[in-house]
Amino acid sequence: MIELEGLTKHFGAKVAVDHLSFTVRPGVVTGFLGPNGAGKSTTMRMMLDLDNPTSGTVRIDGRHYRDLAEPLKYIGALLEASKAMHGGRSAYNNLLCLAQSNRIPASRVREVLDLVGLTAVARKKSKGFSLGMNQRLGIASALLGDPEILMFDEPVNGLDPEGIHWIRNLMKQLAAEGRTIFVSSHLMSEMALTADHLIVIGQGKLLADTSMADFIQENSRSYVRMRSPQRERVLDVLRAEGLAAVEAGSGVLEIDGATAEQIGELAARHQITLHELSAQRASLEEAFMQMTAASVEYHAHAAGEHKVPAKAPPGAPGAPGAPDQPGQPGQPAVQWGRSYEERRRRRSSRKGA
Amino acid sequence: MASVPAVLQSEWTKVRTVSSTVWTLVSALVVTVAMSAGISALMKATFDELSELEQATFDPTFVSFSGMILGQLAMVVFGVLVVGTEYSSGMIRTSLAAVPQRATFLFSKMAVATALALAVGMVTSFLAFFAGQALLGEHRTTLGADNVLRAVIGGGLYMGLIALFSMGVATMLRSSILSLGILVPFFFLVSQILISVPKAKTVAQYFPDQAGSKIMQVVPDALGSDVAPYGPWGGLGIMCAWVAAALLGGYLVLKKRDA
Repeated sequence: MIELEGLTKHFGAKVAVDHLSFTVRPGVVTGFLGPNGAGKSTTMRMMLDLDNPTSGTVRIDGRHYRDLAEPLKYIGALLEASKAMHGGRSAYNNLLCLAQSNRIPASRVREVLDLVGLTAVARKKSKGFSLGMNQRLGIASALLGDPEILMFDEPVNGLDPEGIHWIRNLMKQLAAEGRTIFVSSHLMSEMALTADHLIVIGQGKLLADTSMADFIQENSRSYVRMRSPQRERVLDVLRAEGLAAVEAGSGVLEIDGATAEQIGELAARHQITLHELSAQRASLEEAFMQMTAASVEYHAHAAGEHKVPAKAPPGAPGAPGAPDQPGQPGQPAVQWGRSYEERRRRRSSRKGA
Repeated sequence: MASVPAVLQSEWTKVRTVSSTVWTLVSALVVTVAMSAGISALMKATFDELSELEQATFDPTFVSFSGMILGQLAMVVFGVLVVGTEYSSGMIRTSLAAVPQRATFLFSKMAVATALALAVGMVTSFLAFFAGQALLGEHRTTLGADNVLRAVIGGGLYMGLIALFSMGVATMLRSSILSLGILVPFFFLVSQILISVPKAKTVAQYFPDQAGSKIMQVVPDALGSDVAPYGPWGGLGIMCAWVAAALLGGYLVLKKRDA
């Protein structure tokens, strides 16, 4: 169990972490989510007592990190993996010095190397390792003391699909063994696949502390997507029915508050031609963007019209973790977080009309 | 609290498993002995050309340590790299996560590396002495002569302290390149130049290397060098004060700053 209480970190005038208080509970995977620059890594470094908090405390099983005699046996951490080991030392020796400092037997070093699949390169200097191998080495170091608490900072960054799959399963397996797993990411889709509990921060502030199920429940909006050559008629008919439609570009309308069946029957009654009609659910990525929109630190400013964030593909409505699609050709790049806000504003102004 | 023997063992593994340890320490030994031997042979050949004062204060022991001016630089590199690579590789975060007690971590690391530097320094000092005496011919001295053993052991101590001082500076600066960029020119140029400038030498003789190297002289103010206001042990004491200041500075930086 990790408890944060009023954790705050200032870098000069900039507030990186702002009075964060939350608890990471055992036996579940807790996702730590926030856009780039939200303060995730700083928070994690403070949890390991690498950075000194400006104020507030972190307790690991009720104790300060600095008071842990052999911390690797309590808490294992994967920080930026490529920058955590001495490249001139072999993988085995890098782990051996860590093990020895915490009185962990050398046999455990071979065990964890085997566990992460690095036995074949154990004697090789780690500077020749690929990103994926370095990540595995970092995970091996986290597992060294067989700790009850594991922290992973962006573990899937830069990994190939096979590596991502491996890490996901590893985290789930570790949580199933009753361990406390705390994992950070800036990808909602990744979290949806691994985390049971969710902590969202933006600009160092706590935005949400909720179970994944609740988050999905609350944040997956369903709507109907339709396309018709008789746009004006459609809008009139919908207005007459008291339904709000939002134009989403390329002649696409998005309608809240009605099922696809109802819209289809409505169109049939008014003899309107439809080119497309489908039920949609907003992806969690979108919900996350909406939540953090106000706190995104670095906005991309694309010229022209804003593209609506990608939806879950129709085949898998609402599937958590549907990959967010990159900007389609000919359309401006997604303006992160803002497009959602914009659309919401348009929708509410339409409702008012 | 962390187990000190365990941390010492871990630091020993760190020191022995990087290649820089071997090449810096071997360089320190080879360069010092070779250059000392060369200068001793040269001194023997040109003894008659020395001034009267230099002949009167001829110190065969000190002459056989002439190579340390260059050899100490390898010790500086060793000391800097022991600490500096923790920062340049990012290993420092992993290390501190494993041993969060800053004092235990830092002083264990320094104890292990200094013990190694001291051992190599002692071997270097004795080898340089014997090589030098063998080449000085009739001007030679022996280990049994007054104060000679003190000077030879002092030479080993000097090398260990130079390495330790460098570790302290590297911990303060948290960078190998910055530390080397300051220490190497300082010991090789600044200190050597200032000690031969009339006014500046009154300050320069309190520099760690100038003060510390007095321990290697058997004849006071050997070879016509300037009269120092302190003796051999006083000089070593001044050097120790510098080392203590560097260690304290390094510890405070490690304790206060974010890793």
